[in-house]
Formats: sequence, C-alpha cells, structure tokens
Amino acid sequence: MLRKGFAVAALGLAVLAGSLAGQASAATTNAEPKELAWSFDGPFGKFDKAQLQRGYKVYREVCSACHSMNLMYFRNLGQKGGPFYDPKYPNPNDNPVVKSLAHDIQVKDIDTDTGDPISRPAMPADKFPAPFPNEYAARASNGGSLPPDLSVMAKAREGGPNYIYSLLSGFKTPPAGLTMPAGKYYNPYYPGDLTGNWSGPADKVPEGGSIGMPPPLTDGKVTFDDGSPNKIADEARDVAAFLTWASEPKMEERKSFGFGAMIYLLIFSGLLYASYRKIWKNVAH
Amino acid sequence: MSGHSTYEPKTGFERWLDTRLPIIRFANDTIVTFPTPKNLNYWWTFGGVLAMMLGVQIVTGIILAMHYVPHVDYAFNSVERIMRDVNYGWLIRYTHANGASMFFLAVYIHMFRNLYYGSYKAPREVLWILGCVIYLLMVMTGFFGYVLPWGQMSFHGAVVITNLLGAFPVVGNAITTWLWGGFAVDDPTLNRFFSLHYLLPFVIAGVVGLHIWALHVPGNNNPTGVNVKSETDTVPFHPYYTVKDGFAMSLFLIMYAVFVFYMPNVLGDAINYVPANPLQTPQHIVPEWYLLPFYAILRALPNKLMGVLAMFGAIATLFVLPWLDTSKVRSMRYRPTARLYYFIFIFACLVLGLCGAHAPDDMVIPRVSGLQLLDSNINSYTWLSRIGALYYFAYFWVITPLLGLTETPLPVPESISSPVLSHPASAPAGATASPEKRG
Ligand code: HEC
Ligand code: HEM
Repeated sequence: MLRKGFAVAALGLAVLAGSLAGQASAATTNAEPKELAWSFDGPFGKFDKAQLQRGYKVYREVCSACHSMNLMYFRNLGQKGGPFYDPKYPNPNDNPVVKSLAHDIQVKDIDTDTGDPISRPAMPADKFPAPFPNEYAARASNGGSLPPDLSVMAKAREGGPNYIYSLLSGFKTPPAGLTMPAGKYYNPYYPGDLTGNWSGPADKVPEGGSIGMPPPLTDGKVTFDDGSPNKIADEARDVAAFLTWASEPKMEERKSFGFGAMIYLLIFSGLLYASYRKIWKNVAH
Repeated sequence: MSGHSTYEPKTGFERWLDTRLPIIRFANDTIVTFPTPKNLNYWWTFGGVLAMMLGVQIVTGIILAMHYVPHVDYAFNSVERIMRDVNYGWLIRYTHANGASMFFLAVYIHMFRNLYYGSYKAPREVLWILGCVIYLLMVMTGFFGYVLPWGQMSFHGAVVITNLLGAFPVVGNAITTWLWGGFAVDDPTLNRFFSLHYLLPFVIAGVVGLHIWALHVPGNNNPTGVNVKSETDTVPFHPYYTVKDGFAMSLFLIMYAVFVFYMPNVLGDAINYVPANPLQTPQHIVPEWYLLPFYAILRALPNKLMGVLAMFGAIATLFVLPWLDTSKVRSMRYRPTARLYYFIFIFACLVLGLCGAHAPDDMVIPRVSGLQLLDSNINSYTWLSRIGALYYFAYFWVITPLLGLTETPLPVPESISSPVLSHPASAPAGATASPEKRG
C-alpha cells in the first residue's frame, strides 16, 4: 500500500511539474532559449571571477547607458564572491580596484557648504547611478519603451541567464513579410505576438516579438583586459553571467552552506535511523 | 487515553509546582508517556512535520519582519536587501518562502492520510474540524504572505482574489473597499495584510493546541482503523515515536534543504521578481501551486458569484465530511471499492491543479480543434476543470455516502495486535473477526 501511495504521489508531482512547465499562452510565442553550460550550474558550481569582471565591463560600457541597477553598490563588486574580491581586503570599501572602478563614475550629490547639486567621483559605498532621472526621461530616450532595472533580471525571467544570453545574441533581421514598427526590433526570444506585423501565411507567423531595445552588442564592441574573445556571443555570455551574480550575489555562500547542511542532515538521519531500529527491535509492528 | 496520568514528580520543586500548575505533568502526559498505537506508519509523521513547519515559519518570519518594510515604495527592495545585506538574510528568506510550500505539502499529505484511514470519523469529528480550521487559516496566511514582497504576482494576485468578494450582490463593493482600505489595492492594503500575516500564525498555533487536545482524548487512529483494545496495542510516545518521527522529519528536512539551498526559486513565479506595477497586468495571473485546485474550481463556473460560492463550498464540504460518510469501517485497507474512488479523487485534485495553472481557453490536447459545448470548447481547460470539480463534489456528496451503504468491506481485524505480524491481505482467517460485518 505504501509503495502504491508513493507511486501515486510521484505521479502527482510529475503531472504538477508538467503543468507548471507548460504555462505558455496560446497567443504569445517565443523561441526556447539556448541552454549553455555555466560555471555556476549545479550544486557545486561557482562563478568564474574573470567572466564576472568581463561581464561588469560590458554592463558598464554598454548596458548602463540605458539600464539602472538600483540594488547594486560599488562595494558589492569587492565583497566575498564578487568579481573583484580580494582576500587582502575583507572590507570591500578598502579594495583599491573597487575604489578606482567607482572613481571612474560620476554620481550626483549635494555640496554640503552651498546646498547646490554637484557631481563627484563615486566611492565604493555609492549606488550604481541610474542613467535617467525618471521614467519619463527613460521612455523619451527609448522610443517610448522603458529599459527595466537589471538588478534582479536573472531571477525575473524564465530561463535566467540562458534567456538573457539568447535575447542579447538573438536579434535577427526580420524575414520578408514581417514589418517592424519604428523603434522596434525583431527578436525571436522575446515573448510576443507578431500576428499583426505579419503579411505571410497565417500559420507561419514567426516566433518571438518586437522589443524596444536596439541590438546593444556588436562583435568587438567591448575590449576585454584579459584579451578574451569578444564576439557578440562572448559579450552576451559574460554579461549574462554578471547579471546572474548580481541577482544572486550570495549563491556561492548558499551552496557551500547547503553542502554542510546536507552532510549534517544525512548523518543526523543515519543516527536517528539506527536509534529507531534499536528502540523498536522488540516491538512487533 | 487521557485521564490516567502516570507522572510522578521526582524533585521537591516538581512536587511544589505540580500542586500549583501541573505543567510538567501535562508535558509528560502529552509527549512522553502518551500511549500511541504501535502500528502507525510514516503517513503519521506529517502531524509532527506540520508542527515543525509552523515553528520554522514563525521563527524565520519574526526575523524577516525585523527588516521588512511594509510600504509600496520599499517592500520589494527591502526583501532584496534582506537577501543581500542582512547576514544570512538569504537563508532566512528562502527558508520562509519555501517553508510555505513545504507546510502545504505536509498538510495535504496529512489530510489525504486522514481521508484514507477514516481518521475524521467518530470520535474524531472535532479533531478533524479543528484541522479544517487550521487549513483555512493557513490558506489565508499564505495568501497574505505572498502579497508582502510586492512583486507583479503579489499585486495582481491580491487584486484578483480581493475582487472575488466584490461578486457578492449588494454588499460586494462595500466589502472590497473595506478590505482594501481604499478604492484599490494600495499601501493601506499592504499594511493590513502584513499585520494579518503576522497575526494569523499565532492564531494557528492556538488552534493547533486545541487540535492536539482533541487528539489526546480519543487518541490516535491507526492504519487498521480499529480501536485500541489493550495496553499491548500501544507503546509510549517517547522514545518510540519521538525517534521514528524524528527520523522521518529529518528526511523531510533533507528534501526541504534541497529546495532552499539548490533551487530556492523554482516553486515561485519568476515574474514576482518584477516590482509591482498596477498599470501592467501580467498575461497569466496564477496563485501559488498549493491553491491551484481551488483556483480551477473558481474558474470552472461561467458566473463569478457561482465560482466564488463553489470555491468556498469546496472547503466547506470538508467540514461536514464526518457526517457524509456512512461507512462504519474506518480504514480503506478494508474498503477496496472506496479505495478506488479515493485514488480517483487524488487524481481529480491533481487535474484541478493542472487546470488552475493554465489559461481557461488553452487546449488540453494540442492542435485538436474539438467541439464547442455551451460557452467553451470541449478541448479546453474550462471543461476539464468542470469535470474535475464535478468529481470533487460528487466524491464527498454522492460517492462517500452511497459507498458506505452498498459496498462489502473486507474482514476487519479484531485488534491492532492481531494482524500486526502479517499484512491484512495474508492474515490467517482466525485473526480476523466477523467477515459478515457490513460497513
Ligand atoms: C539603447 C538603450 C539600451 C541599451 C544600451 C541596452 N538596453 Fe536593454 N533594454 C532597453 C529597452 C528600451 C528595453 C525595454 C524593451 C521593451 O520593453 O520592449 C530593454 C530591455 C532589456 C531586457 C528585458 C527584456 C525582457 O524580457 O523584458 C534585458 C534583459 C536587457 N534589456 C538587457 C540588456 C543588456 C544586458 C544590455 C547590455 C548588453 C542592454 N540591455 C543594453 C534599452 C537598452
Ligand atoms: C498547522 C497545521 C497542523 C498541525 C501542526 C497538525 C498537527 C497534528 C499532530 C501533531 C497530529 C498527531 C500526529 C499525526 O496523526 O500525524 C495530528 C493529527 C490529526 N490531524 Fe492535524 N495538524 C495540522 C493540520 C491539520 C489539518 C489541516 C487537518 C484536516 C483538515 C488535520 C486533521 C487531523 C486529524 C483528523 C488528526 C488525527 C489523525 C490520527 O491520529 O489518525 N490536521 N495533527
């Protein structure tokens, strides 16, 4: 009976999982994101520091022109598990690399002597500055579309880094029969419904949607300090890794803590099982 | 079971306290010497799991509340700040968020266990009803909690669910305005939901106290469903069940830990990491997985008010179940026909969950155009959820009462001890009693 019960329960979970996976609606379509092998996959996966550093450079030189990251502070770059962590500087505010990266960026402040608004070089304790003062300005510069904040982007989309990578490297020239409105770009990975833009056969509407973001990356757009390849796909992969770290900066701590917790629980369960067998030895049940 | 206390105060202080507040005696009778049937299987562990989960949710919740800011402008970021800047904040938050799912998983197993072994029947009706009250409070607590991070699904879920109450004629709008504290889901709503989310778990804890009190009067049911006849049928709760339950709870914790440490976000919706935006409604508004079956019943009916009534009716039905069941045999071990309908019932609940996750007009079988029947296509989740909901209600209101009168149960053992050495199916004839007894 117990076995049957477990079988039913397992079946149930499978059905449930299937149902949750298949939540797509009929009208919206998008191409399945490409599955990449990431260094941070799996229970022991860790971020690749060099990749995070390259990804930060892509964000800084390209994406930050349009996208804010309001939850990020320069000090985060030098904290444990961060791209520029240095064990010599347990307090990331002292880390010279972080200081100089911050110093490259101007942030707004108030002059405490005069009360006038000023600009000054950032310090590690400062937030990443936002490119636009408000939503209206952001929309006005982007043909009406709002570039979303990227702080938790890797958690905020189904597929996470795979989706971001596929989106950034997946822009295509629209096939014949597909007309894009001004300021919109065809991307098969961006969920949308292109029926209205399509003049071809009704059953062959292309997958994907029209996004208000112009293709941000080109081959060689960012030159990496470590001389790594910088084709679109490389840049997209590295920035997706950086955004994953930014979304889950404690992922490494979580996994290593989890490993300890698992070992502990397994030993604890083993001991309890042994005690159970011993205590129940003489009881028929 | 209760009444005869075997506690003997050992120290002077214990004797002194025992004549003033016999609290040690109470604890001793409840969790140490409490005579417990010796044949309980692992399905009986989930009561303990539930108590543990309630403790986990309260402890992690109180810590979260120290850092959380219940304001529409700060709530989302304050939750993220907890995960980034509070020491082990990620652990606290993921433990709490996944804890809710584990709590519901455990309560569903616990409730299905009770259905299978007939634990809701006399003399445990009050125990069962208190359980239903706990479940109802859990649903409310879970719903309020999901609103707090103020993501897209938090907000729009709150809008959809609170709007349901607007379906009631005449008073509907007044109720929603009163509930929202305004004319839309907004800051006052978030504030009161936070207040209630903090309050209800302590109400649950109180009802759990009554629940356990009501358990300790008739004592535990057991897999055979027959009453405890003598001392030989039972073992003291401690150490026998503390260690057995402890082992099973530890396995449950391992599963829980896999979610917390290795896939903390799979049970949630990615879109809830997008801050709430009242002007942009997500394509699909779906509740958390544990409410999907009720959501499906809600949407199965063409009329909103009827849907709301059906959804509440689905839960209300549970309260009267003890009086719908006409069978005198408790355990379905001895009710093969009932067992069949029971497994179909579990399947129907899963199907309803599936329907709740899909848009009503989605095709069940892809690319089959189907027929239009009344208001929707036969090949749509609307019709599938109607079938599921129909079975849900039929199971309780038609099948359960009729089966008890018509089925022929298998022979029921005389006592717990008699079939204990061999499984009922292979028990020697002498070990069973009155095969002609009808349920
Ligand atoms: C010229 C401005 C601009 C630049 C540069 C830019 N973006 Fe965007 N991005 C946008 C706009 C505008 C949107 C919103 C599009 C919409 O809503 O249709 C957007 C949307 C996005 C989205 C969300 C897509 C979705 O699923 O909703 C992601 C992820 C993204 N950008 C990542 C990036 C990354 C990574 C970079 C740097 C490599 C980048 N963007 C550079 C303007 C920009
Ligand atoms: C916070 C939630 C709950 C807690 C902490 C809790 C706790 C417990 C505990 C410790 C037991 C005894 C051990 C066991 O039989 O597993 C028990 C038994 C029982 N519970 Fe619950 N319970 C909860 C919710 C519910 C719900 C939602 C229901 C039903 C709707 C329910 C119905 C019962 C019944 C009928 C029994 C007696 C079953 C038996 O001994 O066979 N409980 N509960």
